[in-house]
Amino acid sequence: MNDRIRWWTYLLIGLATLVCLFPLYWMFVVATTDSATATQLPPEIVPGGNFFELAGLVFSTVPFVRAIINSLIVAGTIGVGHAVLCTLAGFAFAKLRFPGRNALFLIVVLTMTVPTQLAVIPQYMIISSLNWVDTLQALIVPGLASAFGIFWMRQHLSSTISDEILQAARIDGANTWQIYWRIAFPLVRPAAFVLGLLGFVYSWNDFLWPFIVLKSPEMYTAQIAIKALQNSLDIDLGLAMSGSFLSTLPLVVLFVFVGRRMVAGIMDGAFKG
Amino acid sequence: MTATLDRVADAPPITTRVHQSVGERIAPYAYIAPFFLIFAVFGLVPLLFTFYVALFDWNPIGEHVFVGFDNFTRLFGDPRFSNALWNTLSIWLLSTLPQLVLALGVAHLLNHARLRLAVFFRMSMLVPYITSVAATAIVFAQMFDRDYGLLNWLLGFAGIGPIDFKQSVWGSHLMIAVMVTWRWFGYTTLLYLASLQAIPRAIYEAAAVDGAGGWKQFRHISLPSLRPVIVFTIVTSTIGGLQIFTEPLLMSRSTTCGAIRQCQTLTLFLYEQAFGQFQFGYGAAIGVALFVLIILFAALNYVLSTRIRPGKS
Repeated sequence: MNDRIRWWTYLLIGLATLVCLFPLYWMFVVATTDSATATQLPPEIVPGGNFFELAGLVFSTVPFVRAIINSLIVAGTIGVGHAVLCTLAGFAFAKLRFPGRNALFLIVVLTMTVPTQLAVIPQYMIISSLNWVDTLQALIVPGLASAFGIFWMRQHLSSTISDEILQAARIDGANTWQIYWRIAFPLVRPAAFVLGLLGFVYSWNDFLWPFIVLKSPEMYTAQIAIKALQNSLDIDLGLAMSGSFLSTLPLVVLFVFVGRRMVAGIMDGAFKG
Repeated sequence: MTATLDRVADAPPITTRVHQSVGERIAPYAYIAPFFLIFAVFGLVPLLFTFYVALFDWNPIGEHVFVGFDNFTRLFGDPRFSNALWNTLSIWLLSTLPQLVLALGVAHLLNHARLRLAVFFRMSMLVPYITSVAATAIVFAQMFDRDYGLLNWLLGFAGIGPIDFKQSVWGSHLMIAVMVTWRWFGYTTLLYLASLQAIPRAIYEAAAVDGAGGWKQFRHISLPSLRPVIVFTIVTSTIGGLQIFTEPLLMSRSTTCGAIRQCQTLTLFLYEQAFGQFQFGYGAAIGVALFVLIILFAALNYVLSTRIRPGKS
């Protein structure tokens, strides 16, 4: 790379990075200054000291602590569910031979392209007949496993684990479960971890389904609490931004610690050539 | 995806014994059962049931009267439906095309050898993806505000505006498209980057020796090998983009999305009819229409993008 190209590359990438990070920074600025800042020109572009005051207001307007806990329960269970159930199914599709395997896997792949979210009306009717309206299991159970997760884990299992190892274990007398639990799962744990994270992030940020299913404020997830904040005080942007920031904060903190692995995982799961 | 599907057939078995216990034989089915159970109960059955409910005048707490295809004839004559349809298509186009082009460009830049801070740049690209749609919508609504928004303030220096993005058709579509693009282009960039990095450097070097410049290298080496991932992202962004719901709802704070329904998408219209007006039958008909539309568009995109073979000219 000559110097001129290098300079342009950094300028453009820097610009893209700025675009990616600015809205989050701006959220923080409005969330830390008084509400008037959001409606002041020229705008304040450095964070102020009112963070705790606004945060306190968020907590007293909606049951926000409860909402964060609800989100943690839902997203956490779905993350673990993904890591466990999709790895198990991925193992069966990658390493076991059984009648109907190809047809069943084809069904899994096809379900990825079918937009079942459009069936929200009967989904709501089913949840309603189970008496699950306004409960967290209405959010958790449908999301415990996904076709994408199975596809992803199958990829990792077939590329990471050689058949020789499994054959050897079989000859040593291990049954299918022992082979899975002692050999296969430990080897793909990093991929399962990333899948769990993706499930966590997806579920944490989900809006439509919780918006339909949840009714009472104690059951709100963080996303629905933001919507409630936006409604409760119609134009108080500072408050809405504080809520938005607080609901994003747990993910940002998580991302600081595991972001590297998440990026590597996403790139690892992508098509290559 | 095709490469993987081909591999299913020749994946070798690990079972060597002829006589297996019953437990061993049913084990694979037990491992895949949870997904199929969940999918059946919360995916397939509701999907089929949607087609059924769409044939009824279905009140959730009242009567269910069979009306045949009346809901559909009503739908096609409903100006609110055609409005929602055009809004959805417009927002989808405005958000998908720039997103993919932008991702292509940034991935190309990030693919430079010996780039400093590469990990930092990659992580930054994923920050919008972890930020929730709900939070994003509130921030962007502020930035696009007519009176106090950052954007109109900046446009003011150029002597433009103030533009009332929320109240106009194009303005609100543009604003939603910007939100969607912002949230997804980084994720797409990482997918493209992964494909680019799988291309051996030597091919680029050889091309450079032969006198191929940056653009020629991009067009004849990068683009052809990116084709599968581009097809994948086009199809997934079609499936996701046509179902857009949260951005317009939170931006406008109503299920009608503004006074003249300027940004009411099909999913918002479905929600309004089913859960606002309690017309489950009519709502289900909207769901069926949207379902058919998505399948049609995804298939069309797939066919078109596999036909176009860059670099083969």
